[in-house]
Amino acid sequence: MKTNDVILQTATKIVLFVIVLFSVYIFFAGHYTPGGGFVGGLLTAGAIILLLLAFDMKTVAKILPFNYMNMTALGLLIAIGTGAGALLFNKPFLTHAFTYAHVPVLGKLSLHTAAIFDLGVFLVVVGVTMTIIQTIGEDE
Amino acid sequence: MINFLILPILIPLISGVLLIFAAKHVMLQRWIAGLSALLTVIFSALLVQKVKTDGIQTLNLSNWEAPFGITLVSDMMSALLVLTTSIVAFACLIYSFKSIGHEREKYYYYAAFSFLIVGVNGAFTTGDIFNLFVFFEVMLMSSYVLIVLGGTKIQLRESVKYILVNVISSALFVIAVGFLYSVVGTLNMAHISVRISEISEVAQPGIITVIAVLFLIVFGLKGAIFPLYFWLPGSYYAPPAPVLALFGALLTKVGVYSIARTYTLFFYHDTGFTHQLLSTLAILTIILGVIGALAYWDIKKIVIYNIIIAVGVILVGLSSMTPDSLAGSIFYLIHDMLVKAALFLLAGIMAAIAGTSNLKKITGLIKQYPGLGWTFFIAALTLAGIPPFSGFIGKVLIVKGGFEAENFWGAAIVLMSSLLVLFSIMKIFINGFWGTPRAYKDADQVPVGKLMIAPVILIILGVFYGVGSEFVFPYISQAAETLSNPNIYIEAVLKEY
Repeated sequence: MKTNDVILQTATKIVLFVIVLFSVYIFFAGHYTPGGGFVGGLLTAGAIILLLLAFDMKTVAKILPFNYMNMTALGLLIAIGTGAGALLFNKPFLTHAFTYAHVPVLGKLSLHTAAIFDLGVFLVVVGVTMTIIQTIGEDE
Repeated sequence: MINFLILPILIPLISGVLLIFAAKHVMLQRWIAGLSALLTVIFSALLVQKVKTDGIQTLNLSNWEAPFGITLVSDMMSALLVLTTSIVAFACLIYSFKSIGHEREKYYYYAAFSFLIVGVNGAFTTGDIFNLFVFFEVMLMSSYVLIVLGGTKIQLRESVKYILVNVISSALFVIAVGFLYSVVGTLNMAHISVRISEISEVAQPGIITVIAVLFLIVFGLKGAIFPLYFWLPGSYYAPPAPVLALFGALLTKVGVYSIARTYTLFFYHDTGFTHQLLSTLAILTIILGVIGALAYWDIKKIVIYNIIIAVGVILVGLSSMTPDSLAGSIFYLIHDMLVKAALFLLAGIMAAIAGTSNLKKITGLIKQYPGLGWTFFIAALTLAGIPPFSGFIGKVLIVKGGFEAENFWGAAIVLMSSLLVLFSIMKIFINGFWGTPRAYKDADQVPVGKLMIAPVILIILGVFYGVGSEFVFPYISQAAETLSNPNIYIEAVLKEY
């Protein structure tokens, strides 16, 4: 008998966005408060897993048509790239650069290449978690 | 360029990532992996030359001063080991092209291969004890993938054992680093050494000795010394030949290198206890390894037990702590990496021709494959240490150092082990190559000529390494100087001390 999980699916549709927003907040807050790429990535992966619980694998693959292996590799490439960028300026590997920028609406922002490194970590964590879950889930 | 010494880590890292993207295109993967391996060899050779002319190279990652950030340190020993690793990796890669098969190649074989090289090169280069742990894990994770990739029954069974042992030893590693950090309050290796000698000025406190033994247990589990070698013969039996060659040549040697680093840089104040223990364990390791090598009638098993013997021999040299024996240990370490890789590849070709590695079912190979036979013969003589081949000089120095340090048992056991090593390897030669030829079912499908390229390269280098030891020796003695005088290392890293 097929159960009707309309409540779960409707709740998921709302909660999903809250989780994703929270994960983005955690990701950007990492430099000054607890958070960062790792927890941010895990939270995003958690949101996608909630989607997987409420719907089935095929639907989720249609909504989010990502190849998670490539996402992992892309994250690694971004992280290595931020480190290796320092080589171009003859600075030691992983030397980061930062600056303060004044943006009209947002005001004074501190821009730091460590955030790009964190983006790499974020993508790797999402990619690896989703690859693990999907591979086990698809296994017959 | 100040970042020179990171290139042997960075190149395989980037190529490993690119190989994930290219997973389904086998030819593209081979090109990327081959080119990056070649580049790694070239840059690590240049690095050796740079260390030779300019002294120890250090790089403070992220531009943080020495004890506060992660420092990469390339002294002569680590530069030489990185070069040897790159050469062995290149040879194993060429061998993989013709032998590993499309099924494995499509499932990230080359990516895992590249990450393994990242881990090994990183472990040899790092100057931070926790970073060493991280590179150990990079290396081990990749080796888990390589050992299980293919999913045959024996691989699944042995990888469970292998992972279990290594997870436990990694946990012990973290605990040991935690203890050390709580005592000395730093993770930079040079700084740890300074702090330990400050608190050991009169006598080494007991806790440092305990930590030294804990580190010996951790690295002994990785490097397979008695009585912690129990996992190795089974686990190394499972994977295919190029992976086995890579493991046999590199993985245990990282453990040996770590013992060498910690026991010459940190724990040299109470050698009466720690180095005596190391010496006793090394001698027992040789004896147990010899017993294993003599007992089996299986080509792979015999060579696997020879790894254990070599680990013992290197550690005997290390435990004597004289300049001669340290030079001998480094010389033997590099020799062993080259020759073990060649032997495993040759054993892999023999097993591929015969369809089995059981020595009793192989006979008369030299009629059909004279090249294979004579290459194996030279490899066997090199391994046993017959002059002028490369095993000789290392062992002579180890024995000489052993007598100087009055470590007579160690020296005697090393000498006797050579004879039995020669016997165990000649057993393969005599039984496998001599005798009446026999027809093997799948022999003509094995591309012997193309597979031979990799071991022949390694053997030529091995022979040159022994015959041209006059040319090689300045490098080795520079490496040994840093080991016997830790102040050189400390001054290079912490500029103000």
